[in-house]
Amino acid sequence: MGEILEINGPIVRVRLPQVLTGEQVRVGALKLTGEVIGREGDDAIVQVYEVTDGLRPGDPVEPMGHPLSVELGPGLLGQIFDGVQRPLYTLYDLSGDHIARGLAVDALNREKAWTFEPNAALANGTAILPGSVLGTVQETAHILHHILVPPDIGGTLLELAPAGDYTLEQPVAHIQDEQGHTHKLKLYHRWPVRTPRPYQHRDHASAPLITGQRVLDTFFPLLKGGKAAVPGPFGAGKTVVQHQISRWSNAEIVVFVGCGERGNELVDILESFPKLTDPHTGRSLMERTVLVANTSNMPVVAREASVYVGVTLAEYFRDQGYDVVMVADSTSRWAEALREVSGRLGQMPVEEGYPAYLGSRLAAFYERAGRVEALSGKLGSVTLIGAVSPPGGDFSEPVTSHTKEIVQTFWALSKELADARHYPSVDWTESFSGYVGTAAQWWSENVDVQWEGLRGIALGLLTQAEELARIVNLVGPEALSPAQRWALEGSTLIKEGILQQSALDEIDSYCSPQKQFALLQLLLTIYAQGQKLLALGVPVQRLLSLPLLARARRYKTLHGNDDLARLNANALEIQVAFDALRAEYTKPGSAAK
Amino acid sequence: MKDREYRLASAARGGLLFMHNVPGVALGDRVQVHDHAGRIRNGQVIRSSLESVLIQVFEGTEHLDLERTWVRFLEQPFELALSPEILGRVFNGVGLPRDARPPLVSGLRRNVNGAPVNPAARAYPREFVQTGISAIDGLDSLVRGQKLPIFSGSGLPHNRLAAQIVRQAKLPNEESGFAVVFAAMGVSHTDARMFQEDFESSGVLSKVVMFLNLADDPAIERLILPRAALTAAEYLAFDLDMHVLVIMTDMTHYAEALREVATAKGDVPSRKGYPGYLYSDLAELYERAGRIKGRHGSITLIPVVSMPSDDITHPIPDLTGYITEGQIVLSRDLYNQGIYPPVAVPPSLSRLMKDGVGKEYTREDHPRVANQLYASYARALEVRNLASIIGAEELGEADRAFLKFAESFERNFVAQGENEERNILDTLDLAWRQLSLLPRDALARVSEADLDKYHTPISHQP
Repeated sequence: MGEILEINGPIVRVRLPQVLTGEQVRVGALKLTGEVIGREGDDAIVQVYEVTDGLRPGDPVEPMGHPLSVELGPGLLGQIFDGVQRPLYTLYDLSGDHIARGLAVDALNREKAWTFEPNAALANGTAILPGSVLGTVQETAHILHHILVPPDIGGTLLELAPAGDYTLEQPVAHIQDEQGHTHKLKLYHRWPVRTPRPYQHRDHASAPLITGQRVLDTFFPLLKGGKAAVPGPFGAGKTVVQHQISRWSNAEIVVFVGCGERGNELVDILESFPKLTDPHTGRSLMERTVLVANTSNMPVVAREASVYVGVTLAEYFRDQGYDVVMVADSTSRWAEALREVSGRLGQMPVEEGYPAYLGSRLAAFYERAGRVEALSGKLGSVTLIGAVSPPGGDFSEPVTSHTKEIVQTFWALSKELADARHYPSVDWTESFSGYVGTAAQWWSENVDVQWEGLRGIALGLLTQAEELARIVNLVGPEALSPAQRWALEGSTLIKEGILQQSALDEIDSYCSPQKQFALLQLLLTIYAQGQKLLALGVPVQRLLSLPLLARARRYKTLHGNDDLARLNANALEIQVAFDALRAEYTKPGSAAK
Repeated sequence: MKDREYRLASAARGGLLFMHNVPGVALGDRVQVHDHAGRIRNGQVIRSSLESVLIQVFEGTEHLDLERTWVRFLEQPFELALSPEILGRVFNGVGLPRDARPPLVSGLRRNVNGAPVNPAARAYPREFVQTGISAIDGLDSLVRGQKLPIFSGSGLPHNRLAAQIVRQAKLPNEESGFAVVFAAMGVSHTDARMFQEDFESSGVLSKVVMFLNLADDPAIERLILPRAALTAAEYLAFDLDMHVLVIMTDMTHYAEALREVATAKGDVPSRKGYPGYLYSDLAELYERAGRIKGRHGSITLIPVVSMPSDDITHPIPDLTGYITEGQIVLSRDLYNQGIYPPVAVPPSLSRLMKDGVGKEYTREDHPRVANQLYASYARALEVRNLASIIGAEELGEADRAFLKFAESFERNFVAQGENEERNILDTLDLAWRQLSLLPRDALARVSEADLDKYHTPISHQP
């Protein structure tokens, strides 16, 4: 038992000899939870996850004997937890509208019984490796929860429970380790959040994460097991992009961490996800989602913990062989929490008040993404997508610039595009993806071999148009050649017909890879046909006034994902329109003169 | 340990009082500072250790000596007395009366810091609020329980706009209107009087609670004032089931007071000298707005932020924008052209609009019309830019239509009288009159059905 010496916001200095750094402690009469972040002599520096008002010097402090860890087992899916994995619905039942302090609650429900199916391959007396599968629990209609041996325990199986209903506290297996110690294994185990869960080896990421968002999938792809960042000033639509990814991506599990953001955004997910269906399984989206919430008004230290809690949950499902997407909104708030703690400790700031270890912490966090062969032998992946909120939209600030060096896919959101209501406001000049080559292989095997080529043409057209737009702004459109004016029109067609995608439109909200490719092909056909006619001497004004162009912008909302035949039938309409024009100008003695 | 009184503070500067050898004081506790003239100042413990205590004094540390100053520790957190009688009253930042009437007596007292709302207890805000202002209702609709700031600049009519919103805000399908909590931080006497007279003449005064800290009042009091005001708002909304509209003006003065104390404490500065925790601090205030499951009342929050040098990337508007659910930005350019309210359309946004408008709340075409107005106006501004370079005569016919649209949109849709109240259907019809200046095929954001129903080309207009 120790005592409080000093309280400075969330940082409390206590006298507590022999406590380990990283260990959890309970502070004061209210028993607020905290974590030791440093030792000095007999003193320990503790960061407290809850508001420290009312604590006084001399109050007791007790060590809890373990570091910040999470409970991993059936009952995670569909839940919303706070930054240190306290279930918010349970807190709501206990303390009402507002979160009271000092509540100690189990993360997972202890009363609920789960139907356990033992792993038939295991017989008593067999050797059990750490991380192997003891059995399964059908947690939701589509998610089979694999009950794993904790990664730090292995030995000989003494007893495996028969099939039946078990609560989380009832042992389902007994294992004797090499020292002769017997471990009782239950349906859940604990794992410290700051330690990455071990795996056998890393595997190459090979399949793209399909988000159903054209500008992401077609132009700046991300792989399952990859790492991506979404930076953008406020109002650029970061949240909508992240929600769309959580809704539609073809991951099996989604962990959404609301880190220092608005409470209502989580409510939006809580209210809308149960009603939405996963386009890949047809089940309610909430059945594959876990939420971790430390909203901006919740204590700042728990914000720092929340991303680690989230990524540990993601790794746990990865170890069961699932493709997991973790979305962290926003990593800037996490970095600011680091900054606040380091500032209170009087550490020397480097850039904009951030501590010197910002870059290494960010890199280590993103390294927890990846596709691996788990200890269980299953292949799974964690894809990390972090939002970044640069102050003033300045991408040269420390969090954005460090993140940019770490991630492979960078979806830069632009205020200018958002102001013109061009959503998603992904800026095609600032964004990049290092995964295009790998993704191209998947697209050519699963959709069409021309994908990479067409993607290149479209991006080239967009880049060329940037340059042309500058000229127009200086001297007006008359200065452009007909071919240049057509290129400008072609790029507008791509912007409006492909890049812009309404999250609110029922048909357009999710776009399948096949439809993405079909749209790209159709619009580029229009552009290519026009180029040919220009070469034949057709005036560009005739092309620009084709009624087809207005219609082509609506293709995306006219035909759903299951209506590709009718979408592709537009090719005929395009052909007819251009043929008619060509006929007009190739007839001898025609209007071409 | 009740009511201990100590003398001999070790230092007094920058609104802070340092005391030594005061054991066992709880963080956040309230203190009273008796100065040499017998005046009582209010303070709060912001750091506490075995050896020393740091107190923030809301009335400042001017004219204070160390020898004759007594500090009394009240052994209780900073609380506000609450009862239905607070309506119609005027308080200062620490909740003491400013209206020459006796202090409120009530057994119900609440900690002004509040406690974070459990996200699982929140209800998503989705009911449209009609402000009667076309630029807001039509393009950036306010919904009940939203936090929507006004980003302004010095000399712009943000306070007049806020007062107009208070006068006109209506909840469709609700008998009673809004109760108003008005939190003024560092505003001028003139502005404070303007609000007071406005509340009086529109007859809402009996439903207003005012917390006033004027420009010549102590700056540090501004740190506690919005907390007291929001505590009152929470009481009205969630205990008395009222819909509450909270106006907080001016957040820039609040943040400056925060910076002043942070600097005096020696906190590490991040941008422009503001402390790194400015974001969390502002969020603690703004996030107290909202709706709660199973409660009838709601808190709708309109903070006013005057942007230093009209710079939207300044930390105060920037961090505010990251927390609030959109923003109404005022434009000096439009104001100089005589347009009131000078709402700069492109950067303004309401994030909650998508769920609060449409068939159920306003009219079926509303979301698409708003989207179309935004897109067309963005295009029109590009054309206007071009026209300023090559001359309007050089523009094509289509581009000239956009120029005309921009002009009419600003003069007839955005602009309106300070006492003019337009209902939402009038606003939408007015929107279509602007869109009708453009040809049908330039309007890709609205549906074919909308066009058939509402688009009336000029030649067909009476």
